[in-house]
Amino acid sequence: MIPPLIVETALNKGIGVIAITDHNASANIEAVQKAARGTELVVLPGMELQTSEEVHVLCLFDELDQIRAFQQMVDASSPALPNNIEFFGEQFVVDDTGDFLRREERLLLTSSGLTIRRAWEQVTDLGGLLIPAHVNRKANGLIQTLGFVPEDTPIEILEISIHITPQAAVAAYPQIQGYPLIQNGDAHFLEDILGLNHLTLESVTVAEVRSAILGLEGRSHAIQS
Amino acid sequence: MTLAQIANALGLALLTQEQDLTQITPSAGYTSDMLSCVMSGAPQKSLWITLQAHVNIVAVAALLELSAVIITEGAAVDAATIAKANEKNVILFSTPLSTFEVAGRLWELGLRAG
Repeated sequence: MIPPLIVETALNKGIGVIAITDHNASANIEAVQKAARGTELVVLPGMELQTSEEVHVLCLFDELDQIRAFQQMVDASSPALPNNIEFFGEQFVVDDTGDFLRREERLLLTSSGLTIRRAWEQVTDLGGLLIPAHVNRKANGLIQTLGFVPEDTPIEILEISIHITPQAAVAAYPQIQGYPLIQNGDAHFLEDILGLNHLTLESVTVAEVRSAILGLEGRSHAIQS
Repeated sequence: MTLAQIANALGLALLTQEQDLTQITPSAGYTSDMLSCVMSGAPQKSLWITLQAHVNIVAVAALLELSAVIITEGAAVDAATIAKANEKNVILFSTPLSTFEVAGRLWELGLRAG
């Protein structure tokens, strides 16, 4: 997806905040942030990390410095396999106009060496927010992969895929009852950009997003049905 | 066939506390790395082969009263997982062998799917 088109699509849908969360990668975040300059859209840096247990977790941050530090930890723990374009497709890094800068040579599709517990510690230490992604999904969902939310990891929020309603998710997976849920488009294409989460925030920070999803201090969150 | 015979035949390393493995006879064998599948599919008191080493395997093994868990491909098992297993009296083995090879050898030894 080309950065200016991501920004344009989000703005056209009335979206105020997006997060760029590529799989084990963060090299394209800055381009989207630059493309959003001068607009109302806030672009948070993030990552969809694949943990060593093959669980996908969203990692959200406020600043590029935080995601860069986290990326170093992810890279240091990950196998250095080259990408095979024929099988796995291109891994382009682009500038804010969408022009080619370079190819990411390392295969991003693998699991990192970070366990979900370690990832939670690293993200939290850096001031970020970790939310297990599409927990109901057969592939790489927390519930399918690990059965239930691990007791040793203080996870507060879960994300469900768009293929299920929150009510149906809780009915199908009673082990997620009581967790505040968010639901994202997991947009891989422009048409997947949906803007499903309505958040009441004082300012756009990851801490505010967390407070809103948890319903703390007058902040609130609702999923558009 | 007892766990002692299996551990000996496959050269499994016992990760958890010493106990009398000659008294435990697995009912069957089972393999999956997805814990939701294990919870619904593994026969009670069976021997579970997996390369998933997350601490949640202990809870699943305890829930189904599994005979033991064989963690394959030398997957790193952290101390917290072993401590939890000892607390719940779950037996964990480690092996550098692949899941395929462990399952094949257990089948040869006479263990079945249950």
